[in-house]
Amino acid sequence: MSTTADTDAAAPGEHPPARRARPLPPRAEQVSARDRWLPIGIAVASTVVVFGGLARVITASPTWPAIRAQFFDVDEMLAALPQVWAGFLVNMRIWAVSLVLIAVAGLGVAILRSLPGPWMAPVRVAAVVYVDLLRGMPALLLVLLFGLGVPALDIPGLPSGRLFWGTTALVLGYAAYTSDVYRAGMQAVHDGQRAAAKSLGLTEWQILRHAIVPQAIRNVTPALLNLAVALQKDVALLSVIGVREAVREAQIYTSRTFNFSSMVTATLLFLLATVPLARFTDRVARRDQERRLQRTR
Amino acid sequence: MSAATVPKLRVDDVTKYYGSTLVLDGVDLDVADHEVVCLIGASGSGKSTLLRCVNRLEPFDHGRIMLDGVSVDDPSFGRTGLCRRVAIVFQAFNLFPHKTVLDNVTLAPRRVHRRDRAEAEARAHELLERLGLDGLAAKYPEQLSGGQQQRVAVVRALATDPDVLLLDEVTAALDPELVGGVLDVIRDLKAGGMTMMIVTHEMAFARDVADRVAFLDGGRIVEVGPPDRVLRDPTEPRTRAFLQRIIEAGRL
Ligand SMILES: Nc1ncnc2c1ncn2[C@@H]1O[C@H](COP(=O)(O)OP(=O)(O)OP(=O)(O)O)[C@@H](O)[C@H]1O
Ligand SMILES: [Mg+2]
Repeated sequence: MSTTADTDAAAPGEHPPARRARPLPPRAEQVSARDRWLPIGIAVASTVVVFGGLARVITASPTWPAIRAQFFDVDEMLAALPQVWAGFLVNMRIWAVSLVLIAVAGLGVAILRSLPGPWMAPVRVAAVVYVDLLRGMPALLLVLLFGLGVPALDIPGLPSGRLFWGTTALVLGYAAYTSDVYRAGMQAVHDGQRAAAKSLGLTEWQILRHAIVPQAIRNVTPALLNLAVALQKDVALLSVIGVREAVREAQIYTSRTFNFSSMVTATLLFLLATVPLARFTDRVARRDQERRLQRTR
Repeated sequence: MSAATVPKLRVDDVTKYYGSTLVLDGVDLDVADHEVVCLIGASGSGKSTLLRCVNRLEPFDHGRIMLDGVSVDDPSFGRTGLCRRVAIVFQAFNLFPHKTVLDNVTLAPRRVHRRDRAEAEARAHELLERLGLDGLAAKYPEQLSGGQQQRVAVVRALATDPDVLLLDEVTAALDPELVGGVLDVIRDLKAGGMTMMIVTHEMAFARDVADRVAFLDGGRIVEVGPPDRVLRDPTEPRTRAFLQRIIEAGRL
């Protein structure tokens, strides 16, 4: 490729290092139609083949018509919608309330666990025991224990609602997880931040409040949002103790009509709520990633 | 420095271990009021540790450090008295990334020393302007260049009007073209009479700004004296070897 845009007009010896012509920028890549469309074509075709094939296999099954009538009857699905929707609103309420409680309780436990000094040893031990126990227990078991066990104790002065105790079980279980996420976020804050805060004379508590915790929360926001998505589904666990949320309502509908399409209705409602939240989480995580990259530039 | 006056800062036989590793080995050093002492020495010789002992970021095992004749762990300082009077600036700036420049600077005056907001902010703006940072008060650290961040860190350290400023390799993390601005700020502080202990690898700067240079090796102060003597004509073989290495690395 020859470039003649910059000619060396200077007389020899006048400007000693003769400036070499600058090579032109690379031309915009010329993609042939084949190179552009072939990958897209392959992607579409393979997707159609795989999922179409799967659909063919399923619908070709001799029991498919029966299954379709049992699970995917659109009329039944719509008929169940009002009842399931009412239950779903209960899910969303439980979810919203638990979310706030978990975010606060988890942070509280994480902070308790990070308090220094010998006097705080019992607090730290209690926090560790709490996290280890509650994180190790299946959420379903927690819900059963609290939702059925505690009201059965019949202790005067304690609320006895299953909704209340079921929600408590979720909050306790998730707060244990969440506290560990916060703790990781706090540990990820660079030591220099603590040194700087200490050198300025901040108390241990002020160091947490002004230097460590705000950065920790920023560090773990994507992880927390992931837990929020998981929690949304786990609210359905309260159906086992009789809380009339979406799954429970769908079951009730099913037991009346002997048709499972209401379950699909519930499934679709859950997806409707979790998928956008998951997309949002991805976006936050990506922004977080970009921020970090920029910082360590 | 006359023997009759109490030095601003006296480091007296300070010894410190990390576990069983000796990091400071009977360090003696007096810093007079308005004096600038530069600490030089190889990596791991204990320079940072010494600074961190002076403002009690690190505890030490033996010896005393006195500010105006009062031991730094004297109860009369209270919890925050020493932090107000001895400030430190770190190599990595350590600004709080989630706070604006102004909030970084006013955090200690407001939360630790209970100045009211207007007063703290007025003082902050004054200092920012003096260090050529006016207009950056509302920015976040990550929006600034390294040199600007380090100058903000200096402002943050100055915000409580300390008597002594400790600087730990404050230009080491900066791109070469940003070093000059920060060093100019330190020169101005010296002209204003600030007492400073400066850890630096910039020998030319040390020669220029220091009243005395102290060479640390293996946790001991091997040689201390005026920069012209210590840097040009050291008496100790270890100082000579160190300076030789620096010259070979092209940093003198
Ligand atoms: N937190 C710590 N725990 C254990 N050892 C440490 C710790 N901090 C520093 N040391 C050790 O103490 C010695 C002195 O470290 P210091 O950071 O004071 O050196 P320095 O002179 O500042 O070095 P540099 O020029 O690399 O900053 C080194 O041997 C180091 O490994
Ligand atoms: Mg150091």
